[in-house]
Formats: sequence, structure tokens, C-alpha cells
Amino acid sequence: MENITNHPILKIPKRKLVNFSFNGKKITGFEGMVISSALFMNKIKIFGHHAKDNSPQGIFCSNGQCAQCTVIVNGKPVKSCMTPLNDGMIIESCEGLPELPDDDKLVSVGDPPIIETQLLIIGAGPAGLSACQILGEKGIQVIIIDDKDRPGGKLVLQTHKFFGSQEDVYAGKRGIDIAEILSEAVRSLSNVDIWLNSTALAVFSDGLIGILKNNEEYVIVKPKYLLIATGAREQMLIFPGNTLPGVYGAGAFQTLVNRDLIKAAERIFIVGGGNVGLIAGYHALQAGIEVIGLIEALPQCSGYKVHEDKLRFLDVPIYTSHTVLSANGDNKVESITIGQVDKNFNILPGTEITFAVDAILIAVGLNPVDEFYHKAKEYKLKVWVAGDAQEIAEASAAIFTGKIEGIKILKEMGLNTIDNVDELEEKASIMKSKPLPPVQLDVPDIEEGIFPVFHCIQEIPCNPCTSVCPQKQIETIDGSIMQLPYFKGEKECTGCGRCIAVCPGLAVTLIDYRKDKNNPIVTFPFEMTTEKLKMDQIITIVGNHGELGQFKVIKSRIIKDFPLTQLVSIKLPSKIAKRAVGIRLQPSIVREPLELYYKHPLANDTIVCRCERVTVGEIRKWIRKGITDFNELKALTQVGMGACGGKTCTPLIYRIFSEEGVSLDEITPGTLRPLLIEVPMGLFARTKEEDKYRI
Amino acid sequence: MLEQRRRINIEYDVIIIGSGSIGVPTALATAHDGLKTLVIEVLPSLAQGDNKHAIGGIRATHSQKSKIWICQRSIEIFSTWKKKYGDDIWWVEGGYVFIAITEEQEKLLKDTVDLQKKYGLNIEYVDAEKIKVLIPGINDQGLLGGTFSPKDGNASPLLALHSFYQQSINWGAEYKFKEKVIDILIYNKKVTAVKTTKGTYKTKNIINAAGALAKNIGQMAGIDIPVQPDSHEAGITEPIKNFFSPMVVDTHPCLDPKFGNSKNYYFYQNKEGQIIFCLTPDPSKFGTDRRETSSFLPQISKRMIKLLPRLRNIKIRRTWRGLYPMTLDGNPIIGPVNNLKGYINAVGMCGQGFMLGPGVGELLSRLLTGRINSQDNEIFEDLSLYRNFYQAEDLK
Repeated sequence: MENITNHPILKIPKRKLVNFSFNGKKITGFEGMVISSALFMNKIKIFGHHAKDNSPQGIFCSNGQCAQCTVIVNGKPVKSCMTPLNDGMIIESCEGLPELPDDDKLVSVGDPPIIETQLLIIGAGPAGLSACQILGEKGIQVIIIDDKDRPGGKLVLQTHKFFGSQEDVYAGKRGIDIAEILSEAVRSLSNVDIWLNSTALAVFSDGLIGILKNNEEYVIVKPKYLLIATGAREQMLIFPGNTLPGVYGAGAFQTLVNRDLIKAAERIFIVGGGNVGLIAGYHALQAGIEVIGLIEALPQCSGYKVHEDKLRFLDVPIYTSHTVLSANGDNKVESITIGQVDKNFNILPGTEITFAVDAILIAVGLNPVDEFYHKAKEYKLKVWVAGDAQEIAEASAAIFTGKIEGIKILKEMGLNTIDNVDELEEKASIMKSKPLPPVQLDVPDIEEGIFPVFHCIQEIPCNPCTSVCPQKQIETIDGSIMQLPYFKGEKECTGCGRCIAVCPGLAVTLIDYRKDKNNPIVTFPFEMTTEKLKMDQIITIVGNHGELGQFKVIKSRIIKDFPLTQLVSIKLPSKIAKRAVGIRLQPSIVREPLELYYKHPLANDTIVCRCERVTVGEIRKWIRKGITDFNELKALTQVGMGACGGKTCTPLIYRIFSEEGVSLDEITPGTLRPLLIEVPMGLFARTKEEDKYRI
Repeated sequence: MLEQRRRINIEYDVIIIGSGSIGVPTALATAHDGLKTLVIEVLPSLAQGDNKHAIGGIRATHSQKSKIWICQRSIEIFSTWKKKYGDDIWWVEGGYVFIAITEEQEKLLKDTVDLQKKYGLNIEYVDAEKIKVLIPGINDQGLLGGTFSPKDGNASPLLALHSFYQQSINWGAEYKFKEKVIDILIYNKKVTAVKTTKGTYKTKNIINAAGALAKNIGQMAGIDIPVQPDSHEAGITEPIKNFFSPMVVDTHPCLDPKFGNSKNYYFYQNKEGQIIFCLTPDPSKFGTDRRETSSFLPQISKRMIKLLPRLRNIKIRRTWRGLYPMTLDGNPIIGPVNNLKGYINAVGMCGQGFMLGPGVGELLSRLLTGRINSQDNEIFEDLSLYRNFYQAEDLK
């Protein structure tokens, strides 16, 4: 079984095993988990084959947005990533087009209700919840909906500690805990209705919003005010093999691992060195999944240095100026081929290397999910937008923009608030600032007493270390959240370790020279094991330029307020004590590339539209014939007309247009139509039946 | 400069206004017949008006003889297209079924069948048992029977238009996109040129194939065209294995106090396995609004599931709303006009432009090349702008 049984951060709940079958084989899974994850638990990753080209199909979005995970459950085609597992389910792979069950018993039909509300918020992530709290506390009647089974948005998948400040955005707390704090504030408000498992399907021209409520009921909501906080969706890449089962968005992978607690792969490779890719790698390691490497096309990673260091310290090779050339395998990902690029992103011949992996995570950027906002604008609804749907940024920025848009709605309603929008705008813009290049830090000369050492060398908006020091001895330069922290030393450090435990970047160590000047005790944060490290356990000490040697653990302790970060103390020779930044359990291993015969795949055969299986060659052909109207491309190739409605391929096609020298202003965008996701017809007619419809 | 002068001096044999369901197949016919043809379109590319909103039904089994004749030819063109020109336009000879639930409907259908047979159409009134074979799973409670016309069918409006377009270009037709016609120049009661936002094009003949915008084009030539668009919403499902072939038409009126009454609705399963459906609201929604409403999905889903319960498990993928350029009697207006030589109407297709298009195109090309026959004359008389519009067709 491929379920995760222990995890340093996540609690493993008790789950009930139930029996079901897949293609006739009797297997077990946990009751209520989505079918796709139950299949993964049983190492089943191919869910069927496409009707057009028999290509293998499996999990891709893990988010109900496409239909690649379709399986046949008790005779009905359903999306396995959205359908909970029940005892006795008979599940079959979807081979080609599914058959509609000849279930011809007569059913009664009814009308979906039309529900009026003062405010509808679509999306209960950090932005939606923050806005909801501000408006809800003023007594506004709010319906807030989210398509997931719990509020918090993508925060619920984030096991790492967040940046920012403690007072505004709960810096130093883990995403999963921030999600809980934001949710709890909203749950306590009696005038706020939270609808979970509820997807907005369309904004209609009559000002009404169609919603699939609790995945089983179609309702129409008529709001006076509307806030769109729908977050972002992941970008894909065009490369041969990109639709093989085993190529996922990083977010989809996090869902499998951190929500469903499935060890979704053994050995992964990550494409993209932004924060999303770096964090996904760290999460995979915490779940016991090996990370074979991470590539970034630019000469340096664009994510925070401290996130990158977390991976480096844990022995993950990071290949900058590299790109993915292909995902290889017959029916699923078996290896990845990467290659080095020059400054114009051309591949340098001879640099191709292939690694055996069973999953490839794509983390090459996000796009706002803003279709509803634009439709609502077009239809003249009173609408606002916050969070990633407004502008892609960190979750901490989404908390601010949620508050800001919430206050704007209050003002529109004629209600006063003490919150200062200008101040929030300023804080939001700080949170959105891009990280600067790291700086060189001087190592402190002192070699006596006890004090923290900050290995935080990049100016990012973060300062929780300044809030936790009981002696108030940690400050940032000029008190600015963007500046680097330092230890004032006016009062003595008590060695409490709170600054180590709170730091989201795991970039603080504590050096204690008091007992032995030549062999000070250095304390490190560590969050890779469920059990505390034991005395005399041998571990590897890492500096910024590689391993510094192997040493014995003296002790490991945990501070009550930061229960999942171990503080591990080790006695080190004084010459390396200040350079020691991180620890890991194992010494470095060399990851040997495969000596596979590498056949250059035909670039033109690469799939762009995975739903309708349209190749890049076909799209190029039409663009070269002079087509600039996206709608015409759709008509000619069916691109973007499949189950996902063009969510994945649209940005890719814009990229092909640009490669072919067609500028953005020449292109007529495709018309966007309802519905956001496919929904069974029976739901719109409210047919009454025992068995529930599932999307 | 010289080059520019030369261009100005080009005179087209015919300029077609509109590159939709009528304009493109008309250009196909005129270019085939050797006429120097120009198509002018205000939108960025072809088929972006209401062709792309059509669901793709094609039938000759109308109850009006001119439409029967035109569509008989259209079906020949659609059904042989792939064989002749290689492009798959998803033509399927699936037939049409009009179902009867009331005795009134039954009588009307039977009477129409008699008329249709006179024109050589392959159509029969069949009993409920036969309908149940044609549409597996249909609710037979109260089902009396219906008509079945096996030679009718369906095709993809988008693919068909693009293929017609490509072939018309092969035969020399020219197209101008993103150009709005702003005037029709007339001299001595004769059309002389078309003026657009980008230039002036000389011609002796223009064909108004502007669909929902036909009335505006007519006004530029001083011709009042009694065409008023109304809107219908439509949708498409995920693809599933084919389980029925015909276009199913239910003309029974339906009361829906919450989401709005409707007249008929119809649906079929296309070559890819997707079910495409469309509903006629009651009363009609006149105007040019193409924005989706919240009423449509509850309206149509209730009706389709009552008729064919197994559809409750099929997933709806997408919906849209398109315009039917309506005339008072439900028949198109096709042909020349009095007192203005060179102006030809091909307007008011009442939602049937796609199936009429290829037949209309050839008819108009015969008109322009002086090859009209006695049947054509009858059609022009039937569909004249000057006819009595108060005799409505039975089966719209």
C-alpha cells in the first residue's frame, strides 16, 4: 500500500478500509478518499485510454477541472479525483468513449432554488476568507463557497512555515495552521454560510451565479455583491511525453501527497525553480519521496533563497540553465531527459542527460483564475477580485488583498471601517515584491557566550524572528520587514531557541561557546522526521558550499509553541560552527544518469491540447496559414473544446503564436462560455433518486 | 500609386456580405462557376456570427416546397463532400425524428408526411415501438409515434464552413475580414460598389448574407427587410459511445413557471459522440443579445430527462446562445428585389441557414450566371421579399 503512514508535520488520521474492485481485481482503499487516490494507493496509475489515440490517461489536475481521470463507477463515467470511495464500488478503467448506462427508469424533475444573498464570495482561500471575516464581522450576510472539502485554499496543502510578519499574516506558522486560523474566524460568524465541495459553474448575464453545491445539488445564487477569490491555476509546458501519466502540476502532486496522504511516486523530478517547485520538493522529501533533481531554465532559481537552500541542504541537485527535453516511457513516466540551455534558451548539444524517475512535477508559474471576474464585469455585476485571481503572489499577499477588497465592498455598502486601505495596500505591495539577489554576510567575530547566527541573506518580506525574542534583541535593519535581521546583543541571549523554531527559512542557528570555546554547541532546526533525533545519532552537517562532516547529536528538543520543529544540538569545531547552516540524516549520494538510448522525439507530435489530443504541429500549421482568431483554431482543430475548456492549452497556444511571430494584439481571443466544469444533466433538473450524481 | 489605381479598377462579379452559413457556400458556388467573387466580413474570421451557434442539423423534410428543394440539394453537397474534397465535415446520415405525444401533433405530422412524400422525400410516420428502437430509452408513456426521415442528417457547422471556405479560395474567391460595410453605392438604380471601413470595391452584384445583421445592410440600399433576430440557447455534452442516430425533435409546448415556457427543443449525437441540444423559448426573445442566461439549463434539462431519462447521467460541457434571423412566416427571403438591379437577398434563414446554405449558394450562382430553371423561378416567387408573410409554415 502506497499510503503515507508517518509524516513529520501531518497527522495521520485513522481511516476505515473498504473493499472495491478495479477491472475485476479486488482491492482496498480508505472510505471517503477520492477514487483516484484509492487507486494510487494500489499502485494503479493508468485509469484508461483516450478515444482518439489510445494514449494512456490518468491523474493530471487532481482538481476536477479536466476529465483525464475518468473511470467507470458502477456503470457511470465519473471523475475519479472528485468522487469519494465507498464500500463495494465496482470500478473499471475508461477505455475510449464511455458508454452511457441504459438506466431508463423514469425520474421526477424539479427546479433548482434561487437563493438571494447580500454577498457571494467565490473561493475560500486566504483572500476569500480574509475578506469574509471583515465583511462578516460587520454583520453582512455572506455565502462563501469553495470547491474543496475544507476551507483554506492551497494553504491546506502547505506544510511549511510562512513568511511575512506575525501581526498581519501569521508568519512562522505553517500554511495548514494559517488555513485553520482564517477558517475558524469565519466559522464563528453566524451570518456567514460556508459551502464546501461547491463549485461556481457560471456567471450568467442575468446576474445570477450557477453553483454545484456540495457536489450533488445545483443551486442558483443571486448576490447583491460578488467577490471573486478563485486563486490560480498552474501553467503547463510543451515537451514530448508531457501527457504521460506521471506528469503533474506541482499543486496536483501536493494534493495527492499532503491532502490524501498518498505516496504518489518513489522518485520525482521537478521542473521550475520558483517557490512552488522548491516547496513541492521539500514536501516530497518530508513524505519520504526521493527528489532526483530540480531544473530551472534561468541561470538562478526565482524562488526564495532559503527555500532553495532547504533542498540543497537535503542533497537535492539543482540544475540551473536547464530545461526538460522529454518525459519518457511507454504507458507512464519512466525517466526524464534534461539538457542545458544557453542564454537564449537554446539547448546545448551533448548536454542531454536522462534520469530514472516515476513522476515529473511541473512548476513553471501560475495564471489567475479570473474568467468569472471578467464575465461579471461584462455583465455589469457589482464585482471585486482579490488574491491570485487579481494578481499572482504569495498567500500572505492574498490575505492583504482580501482585506482590501473586503473594505472596498464595505465602503460600497455605505459602511465605515477603521481599517486603513492605504496602509494595507502598502503592506500588500511589500508582500508582492520579488526577491532581490542574495547578499554576502559577514560572519560575527565573537567567539564567546551564546547568540543566534542568521544565515538569512536575501531581502524578502519576513520578520517573525523579531517578534519572538523574549529579550527583544532581534531587529531588522531600520525596522523594515524587507531588511535582514541581526542580533543586537545589548542584553544576553537566553538560548531559548524561539528564533530558530519560528524562522520559515530554517535559516537561524544558535551558537553556544559557554562550555567549550573550541567546540561550541550549535543548534539547528529540523523537520524531516516524525521521531526526535536521538543522542549520539550520526548526522551530516551542511554549509553553504557543501558538506562539513558528520557529527553526533547531543540532544534534540521541542519548544511547546512550535511543536513540529526539532531543535537539534551538535558539538562542532569552532572553525566550522558559524558556517554550519543545516543538517541532514544521510551523506551525499551521487545520482547516476541512465545510459539510455535517447531518441529525439518529434517535436511536432507533442500534445498541446490534452483533452482533444491536438499536437503542436497541427496548431503551427494553421498559424502559419495565417490564422489569428483563436475561435478559428478551435473550430479547425477542436483545441480548447474538450473537457477542461481550454484551461491548460490556452496559455500554451499563446506561446506558440508568439514563437511564430504573431503579436498579442493581432490575436482574437477565444470566446469563453459556461460551464467551468462538466456537470451531469440530472443536477440541473434536480432529478430525485437514491444514488447521487457526481461530477 | 499605379498599383493602387489598378486595385481600385478591379470589378467583382459579385460581392457577398457576410461569411457565415450562407455567405461561404454562396462564394463556393459563385467561385466554382467562374465568377470573380469577394466576401466581406466585419468579424475577425469566417463563421464567427451565428454559424458557430448552429447545432448542425440538416434536413430536407420541411413542409414548404422551396425549402425542401433547396435542402435536397444541400444534402447532396454535404453528404458527398468528403468523398469529393477529402475533408471530414462530420456528416452523418442519422435521420430526423419528430415525436408525437398528442393526437393533434400526430395528425399534423401525418398530414405533413403526405405533402413531403409528394416531393420525393423519404419519410414515414412510424409507431411508438419503432421510435423506441430509434431512440433507445425514450420514455414511452404517452408516446404515440412520430415521423422518421432516414436520409436527413447532421454535420459540423464549423468544419463544414472552413472546408467550403478553403475550396472557395482554391476556386479563386477572395475574403476580407475585419471590414465593416458602411455603404452600398448605387447609380441609376444599379448597384455599383460596396464601401467599407477600409475601401471601396466595385461590383455589379451584391448578395446580402449578413444573417442577424441583414436588416442593416438592406437599409444601406434603401430596402426594408422584415427580418428580426430572436435568440435560442444551446449546449453540448461530453462525448459518449453513440447510442442513437437521429435528430430528435419534440414540438410539444412546455409550461415552466419558474424558468420560462418553451416551444420545441431538439438534440442529436454528433459524429464525435457528443449530444448537442437547443431550445425555443416561449415567448420568443427578440434582439441581438447572445449572452447566456441562468434559465436555459434547468429548462432544457428537465425536458430532455423527462423524454430520455438516461441522459441525466451525461455531463454537460458547454452552453451558448445564438440568433435566429426570423421572418414572419418562418421562411427565408431569397432573390432579387424590385427597382435595384444587382442587389440580391439571402436573408431571414430562421435558424436554418446552415442546412439551406449550399443549396442557396448554387441557386444564387445560377441566377447570376443566367442559368435558372423553372423550379428556381418557383423558389424565387415563394421566397420573394414581396410575398404575403402571413401564411406560416406548419413545421418550423
